[in-house]
Amino acid sequence: MTPATSLVAATAREPGVLEVRDLTVRYHRGIRKPPFTALHEVSLAVGPAETVALVGESGSGKSTLGNAILGLVPAASGTIAFRGEDITCARPRRRRALTADIQAVFQDPYGSLNPVRTVGQTLAEPLLAHERREVRGAERTARVRAALEQVGLSADDAARYPGQFSGGQRQRIAIARALVPSPRLIICDEPLSALDLSVQAQILNLLRDLQGDLGVSYLFITHDLAVVPHIAHRVAVLYRGRVVETGPARQLCSAPRHPYTQALVAAAPMPDPVQQRARRRAYRAYQAADEARAPAAALSDPP
Amino acid sequence: MARPAARWAARWLASSALMLFLVTAATFVLASMAPGDAAKAILSSQSGSYTQQQYLQLRDELGLDQPLTAQYWHWLDGLLHGTLGTDLFSGQPVTAELNARLAPTLSIILGTIVVAGLAGVGLGIVSALRGGVAGRAVDAISLLGLAIPNFWLALVLIELLAVRVELFPATGYTPLGADPEGWLRGIALPVITLSAGGVAFVAKQTRDSMAEVMSREFVVMLRARGLSGRSVVLRHALRNAAIPVVTVLGLLLVSLLGGAVLIEDIFAIPGLGQLAVTAAGSHDLPVIEGVAFYFTVIVVLASLLVDLSYWLLNPRVRGS
Amino acid sequence: MTAGRGRALPGRALPGRALPGRALRQMASRPLAVASAAWLVLVVVAAAGASSLAPYGPQATDLAHVMSGPTAAHWLGTDRLGRDVLSRLMFGGQVTLLGVAEALVVFAGLGITLGLAAGFAGGWTDRLIARFGDLVLALPGIIVLLMVLAVYPGSELAAMIALGAISCPVLLRVVRGATLAIRGELYITAARLSGLTGPRIVWRHVLPRLAGPVIVQLSLFAATALLAQSALSFLGLSTPEAQGPSWGNMVGEASTVVSQDPWLLVPSGGALALTVMAFGLLGDAVRDVTAGRHLAPPVRVRPVRAPSKPMPGRPKGRAPGTAPAGGSMLSVRGLTIAFGDLVVVRDVGFDLSPGEALGIVGESGCGKSVTVRSLLGLLPGGGRVTAGSALFAGRDLAAASERDFRRVRGSMIGLVSQEPASGLDPSFRIGSQLAEVIRRHAPLSRGQARARAAELLAQVNLPPGTLARYPHELSGGMAQRVSIALALAPGPRLLIADEPTTALDVTVQAEILGLLRDLREQTGMAMILVTHDWGVLADLCDRAIVMYAGQVVEEAAVGDIYASPRHPYTEGLLAANPHRTPAGGVLPAIPGTVPPPSAWPAGCGFRPRCQYATDACAGGPVPMTAAGPGRLVRCIHADTLVARR
Repeated sequence: MTPATSLVAATAREPGVLEVRDLTVRYHRGIRKPPFTALHEVSLAVGPAETVALVGESGSGKSTLGNAILGLVPAASGTIAFRGEDITCARPRRRRALTADIQAVFQDPYGSLNPVRTVGQTLAEPLLAHERREVRGAERTARVRAALEQVGLSADDAARYPGQFSGGQRQRIAIARALVPSPRLIICDEPLSALDLSVQAQILNLLRDLQGDLGVSYLFITHDLAVVPHIAHRVAVLYRGRVVETGPARQLCSAPRHPYTQALVAAAPMPDPVQQRARRRAYRAYQAADEARAPAAALSDPP
Repeated sequence: MARPAARWAARWLASSALMLFLVTAATFVLASMAPGDAAKAILSSQSGSYTQQQYLQLRDELGLDQPLTAQYWHWLDGLLHGTLGTDLFSGQPVTAELNARLAPTLSIILGTIVVAGLAGVGLGIVSALRGGVAGRAVDAISLLGLAIPNFWLALVLIELLAVRVELFPATGYTPLGADPEGWLRGIALPVITLSAGGVAFVAKQTRDSMAEVMSREFVVMLRARGLSGRSVVLRHALRNAAIPVVTVLGLLLVSLLGGAVLIEDIFAIPGLGQLAVTAAGSHDLPVIEGVAFYFTVIVVLASLLVDLSYWLLNPRVRGS
Repeated sequence: MTAGRGRALPGRALPGRALPGRALRQMASRPLAVASAAWLVLVVVAAAGASSLAPYGPQATDLAHVMSGPTAAHWLGTDRLGRDVLSRLMFGGQVTLLGVAEALVVFAGLGITLGLAAGFAGGWTDRLIARFGDLVLALPGIIVLLMVLAVYPGSELAAMIALGAISCPVLLRVVRGATLAIRGELYITAARLSGLTGPRIVWRHVLPRLAGPVIVQLSLFAATALLAQSALSFLGLSTPEAQGPSWGNMVGEASTVVSQDPWLLVPSGGALALTVMAFGLLGDAVRDVTAGRHLAPPVRVRPVRAPSKPMPGRPKGRAPGTAPAGGSMLSVRGLTIAFGDLVVVRDVGFDLSPGEALGIVGESGCGKSVTVRSLLGLLPGGGRVTAGSALFAGRDLAAASERDFRRVRGSMIGLVSQEPASGLDPSFRIGSQLAEVIRRHAPLSRGQARARAAELLAQVNLPPGTLARYPHELSGGMAQRVSIALALAPGPRLLIADEPTTALDVTVQAEILGLLRDLREQTGMAMILVTHDWGVLADLCDRAIVMYAGQVVEEAAVGDIYASPRHPYTEGLLAANPHRTPAGGVLPAIPGTVPPPSAWPAGCGFRPRCQYATDACAGGPVPMTAAGPGRLVRCIHADTLVARR
């Protein structure tokens, strides 16, 4: 069974929060060049209160997958289903309504908040958009304050501007914004990559706790395999737009089967000199084997 | 590289032709909308009064009673055969008249570009590298240069350097071939006047551009490899900062065409600008069209030079 | 240690940037902007209220006092017909400023609408509008103006409308560019994902950001329009003298009598110049105020000369009991670096033996990059070493002149930085850049340099064809190899690698790390590696120093640091590292955030976040103390903590 079909089979029993089937996304690069296939028949599923990690290096298409689910890039073929409903070609109005259920947290804590609007104004935006009659004025303020407290900030921070916060705090604000409409699924696109190590652990713990409290699912996009076992239940590894391996997080990270995943694991340096020496030897051996197999094919350094 | 170059050349030809067409057609349309026409002007200048019949006859002679499109087509046809028609007043071929006046205008314009370019770039580099007092001084000089109206400056310079102290001629133009020193003296004041604003403009852009380049990481790395400050600045930074400066020089040229009109009037220089004003006033259609055509050709050539510089300076442009 | 959520402690130390309501206040604090605004208000009021405010009528002659120069009765003198200059200026201002306003309205209206349309519609509309704008901009505008004035002789309105129309592509370009840039910002995507409709996003997010650039362009154009209007009036083509005074034709009048009364040129020319300057200065002020709002503080241009000599300071000794390694290649003591008044690195000291690899590890803002860059005299603008010493090859790099640095840079100490491609000059081929560095340090001919360049490329595992490529044609890994080759070219004894793999994929990173290790083996170079990645540190380095809040908090051999960290910060960082904690449990996290240099706590820098902190920790600066053979730590509780663990 290919990784894609095994994943689909596994989740055929329960209606997942998100189900992606054979998704293909292409970018057009102008009239003369052929379109670039960013994703090729990718399949994936996320269940309720589950975290699925999507791992890949640059050019693997992992961010493209997140963008396709969010409706930011169109799909060339395949389906994206949210709680059973096919949203691949959802009209703009449906997309806007969906933002109450599918949210996102991005990598860049500095760019994702408008610097000239207060934190409170930014957090209120998802509520403005879904102008349900009952959500007005005072209730809006209350929900904003509640969201801030949920992420470990104080309610007074609503009156401040993003420039007054550190990177880690801004990321918390971004998470609060994602929580405000009470979504079922949050796409986390490399939320830790721009943060310091000491803050990464805080945010990771925060995300886990929120999942436990609220039952929200995550699609956790990252290039760092090391954090995957700490947050994800299952993992999918992407290489150049294709899923090369999937499986339970801990298992895949400790005993990967696909050569690319093995390379990823072996290449990441271990923060321990003794273990790193061993891993280096393993990586060298792996590289030699890889050279022998296909001397011209370079697994790394895509142009 | 043949195919992309051929494509690029074709695109350039198309857009230049389009521009020439637009300018000349628009000029035609506007000229025809103007009250009065050449026939009236000629007759009134010859004798005080004239009959309607004389007027109509002259109109027919000059071809002014034909429909607009026919007139324009006639002019275009002439252009493709290498002629720009004849001056309605003097009867001289327009090309000859314009060519006679080309040298003075070009002398002033090119002279200004050279002076403003060299001085502006020099000042810009100096003020980019040395902050503090030198930078502020350049700022202040730039501001003055841009703010002082050039016609006002011309008057002051004439009064000071041509009337009180007879260093330069107040009016007139000496051709280069006849008397090089006289030529230089003749264009000195006009060039200085026009350069005042030009230098400021170029210096400001050079400074901004250099400052931006010098703050880039690769400049730090160049110095880290032991390269001398001078080589870093002159060879590397300047090369990377050049493109916006070249753009600005191109814009300067276009604006100088307007400045030429002003300056030729004040200094009584027999150039294209002066001709443009008189022809517009007297509805001498072929001459107006001719001047419009020449000016547009100058602009087209200038933008060609600018594009070529982009191509030379920026490897990314070359690659695509 | 507070695990779990890790509440963000109130570390609101970052200063707030300029905010919309505060923009005006910022402008008000700039004297030039205030003066310009005041002048413009004065001019507008004087012109608008001329009929009631002017002392004389515009045509009221006083033939007894012709060309009088400034007197009590006529503050700015009289012209050749005895008319009061001041009054004529005021009345003339009406026509002049009206003309500017007319042009401005057309300019703004066309420019903004077309620019917004192009920026939002995209596709064909955008391309069409952009091409059209470029075409109009290239037209010789003077022809258009002359023709329009031929159609409507003497009409300022027609000329100004035409001027606004042919200049609008300038504003169009700016609006279009700004719109496209803003639309690409991440928070616009975030707003879309919050469910806001397009028009709402434009209203809330795009238009406010456009205000700044648009105002700048409007004021610059006002200056241009004023000059153009007065020039046309001077030539008599619009608003000739017969129609009444305007600033332009007043200059024209003055020119006819300049030999008799040169003063007359001054009021009219002065009014013009001052008003143009006011527009220009106002535009600059708005640009400075709005540009600084959203970006990091601009990197000040560093003068190419060396910074001012550092203040002499007595080198702070290391803790007694630790002898500096004899024969060390680089010996740093008490290094302190400040930007202006703000100290960012304090009392840093370490030794480097020949051939050794030293890692400097810490999080962002701890001062590690600044420390190593100071060794080469490459601090960004405004930074200087204020105390300490850095002895290398018989020189003190902390007190070196630019000339000294130039002798050291490249030939003795090489630098590789974080940015692969942007560390290379984008305008030159790789071969040319390599040859330049080679020939700078060795008297080789072109051919020899080229051969040596090819050798260097081979040393970093790049094919010789790379010589002919440009930096933008290389991948990240290849560009970083080129950077390493450039650093090796002069054959330095010490290589400083400042986060060399941070911007690279993990598989590419492994290759670069392997390359660096191989090169060290081949050449015996010493290396200082700056990194935030503890895995990279473990892979490459023999010894390590940990930095926090501008100080070294621990120094030890790499094996010791990982096996038994002595400083609470080191311990916390290693515990929070996902590689080292088995999955399933909560990741032990250090609470709080890293303090910026402006908010360093008194006493121990780590105290607010430390689970072992006591009151004694806030007492005063904590010295480095010995914690075993070849180990140093900056913690007063280090010994007791060892016992506890």
